[in-house]
Amino acid sequence: MSKNALLHIGWTLLRLSSLLVAVSILAFGLVISSPIDPVDAYVGSESGVSQEQRQNVAAYWGLDKPPGERYFIWARNMLAGDMGTSITYRLPVSQVIAERFQTSLALMGTAWVLSGLLGFILGVVAGVYRGSVLDRGIKTFCLILSSTPAFWLGLLLLTLFAVRLEWFPIALAAPIGKLSGEVTLGERIHHLILPSLTLSITGVAAIALHTRQKLIDVMASDYMLFAYARGEKKWPAVRRHGIRNIMLPAITLQFASFSELFGGSVLAEQVFSYPGLGNAATLAGLRGDAPLLLGIALCSAVFVFTGNLLANIIYCLVDPQIREERSHG
Amino acid sequence: MNPAPGQTPLLDVHDLSVTFRMYDKTLRQHNLQVISELSVTVNQGEILAIAGSSGSGKSLLAHAVLGLLPANATVSGRMLYQGQELTPSRQEQLRGKEIALTPQAVTYLDPLLRVGDQVRGGNKTAAVTAQREAFQRYDLQSEIEAMFPFQLSGGMARRVLVSTAVLSGARLIIADEPTPGLGADIAQDMMNTFRELADSGKSVILITHDIELACAIADRVAIFYGGTTVEVAAAKDFTAGEAALRHPYSKALYRALPQNGFRPLAGFQPYAGNLPTGCLFTARCGLKTPECNKKIPLRELRGGSVRCVHAT
Repeated sequence: MSKNALLHIGWTLLRLSSLLVAVSILAFGLVISSPIDPVDAYVGSESGVSQEQRQNVAAYWGLDKPPGERYFIWARNMLAGDMGTSITYRLPVSQVIAERFQTSLALMGTAWVLSGLLGFILGVVAGVYRGSVLDRGIKTFCLILSSTPAFWLGLLLLTLFAVRLEWFPIALAAPIGKLSGEVTLGERIHHLILPSLTLSITGVAAIALHTRQKLIDVMASDYMLFAYARGEKKWPAVRRHGIRNIMLPAITLQFASFSELFGGSVLAEQVFSYPGLGNAATLAGLRGDAPLLLGIALCSAVFVFTGNLLANIIYCLVDPQIREERSHG
Repeated sequence: MNPAPGQTPLLDVHDLSVTFRMYDKTLRQHNLQVISELSVTVNQGEILAIAGSSGSGKSLLAHAVLGLLPANATVSGRMLYQGQELTPSRQEQLRGKEIALTPQAVTYLDPLLRVGDQVRGGNKTAAVTAQREAFQRYDLQSEIEAMFPFQLSGGMARRVLVSTAVLSGARLIIADEPTPGLGADIAQDMMNTFRELADSGKSVILITHDIELACAIADRVAIFYGGTTVEVAAAKDFTAGEAALRHPYSKALYRALPQNGFRPLAGFQPYAGNLPTGCLFTARCGLKTPECNKKIPLRELRGGSVRCVHAT
């Protein structure tokens, strides 16, 4: 490995760690300034718990200390590899995140691939047949999609496909009343379809519209004209010169959409009661569960950071001009 | 080389007009005529140079012949290739095989494809040898075929672009300003290549600003002004001097050449949206009479043709 590459990796890690510190401070600040009292949320506000017991609970979770101290305790444990214990689940945060993340990953991964493929194909078709009925149809569809909230769309899909048509289950990641070991892959996929469809649809519009616009630019470019002048036919020319050139914005968008994916999954998982990370984040927020929220925030920061990093790396692989700049700069 | 009597020209463009449908600032649609009643012929085995300042419709003629004008362009007039009408479907058939384009700039190469691959046009392995030969001929090192367009210098890019046309084996090569940015030697080499191609029976349309270079190797020169042909003359008329030329604009061009006095012509070419009726050159012409405001046809004169009532 060259010195240059090592330097690059070092710089990347430095950026990541500073990002994580910033995110954790911000997230912690937001949790402690939220009006939700974690003790209340834990014991339940209407139960007849005495003041003394409440103090015991607060002491047990370390909630009686001042915020600054709490943050430093958390940070010290974090650096030692201990993410703390979730107040909501009464389990180690790392365990909650690991379990939830797996479920979410299936959901987000499917949605991500689906939105990327579907968006790209729609964008290419619309771009090639620019101005046609097909193009206008796709454009309208995308504009409607991009102005539709994911949760509302989820509710619509639920009403139509789960309640009315009964094609899909209403909620959860597996059938109720089955041991997790007994759940088949088919059942998991069956439960995954509606939420991932909901989640994917938010990404489709952006990819499709950007891809369409870029393809229109490419179609009007000098090199496309030259390809035609040399006798290349429309579709082969699009395949040969178009796809590679429009892949760059699509890739950037697709990997940068990691953040939207994460945000969207919070809503989609809530609508479908899908037991993923997004659902856990909602619950942690409602319970003032600082360790879990911080854990999830850090996790999502790493996730989004990775997405952007991957976009950069793939960019370099696809575009020789950027590769050149990198190796010189 | 004048056409032998009875010979059909390879390409015959007659009264070609190109109009763009555009929208102005108030979003009203209007038509912009960029080429009007343009006529040129190209015979087999000859080099026709097309000269004229920027915006005189030179490149658009190339695109019109190939059928590559954008969708908002309307074409009228006749274009015949080997005596047969150039319909859009025929243009599509001939493009890249019978008629090849050598574009002007590196932007005509796909930025993400390696140069060699682009010159060969992809699949054909047999073309590798031909491509290497062409590269050698234009003094392009063998490493260049593995490079990307952005790694080429302007001169290299032009030579790469020219080799695509040579490789295509086309009978008509339209070279759109192939020489700017090239060193004098390489420019001369390139011109010699065009001459060789023409002498081997191919035809070349050489679009250029460089009248001097064009006259040195071309058979005939067509002078464009404001989107139309004002004069077509044998190349030797340009070397013979002002008196041999027919149109006042050609004469002015001649006088503007450094070796002929370097005298610029006052005024500017009319903008495409604002063309006068009649002769397009009237605003700058010393011979102007009321007659010039009428429609002026291209007429034969002294072995060339001219669009001017005063030319003798």
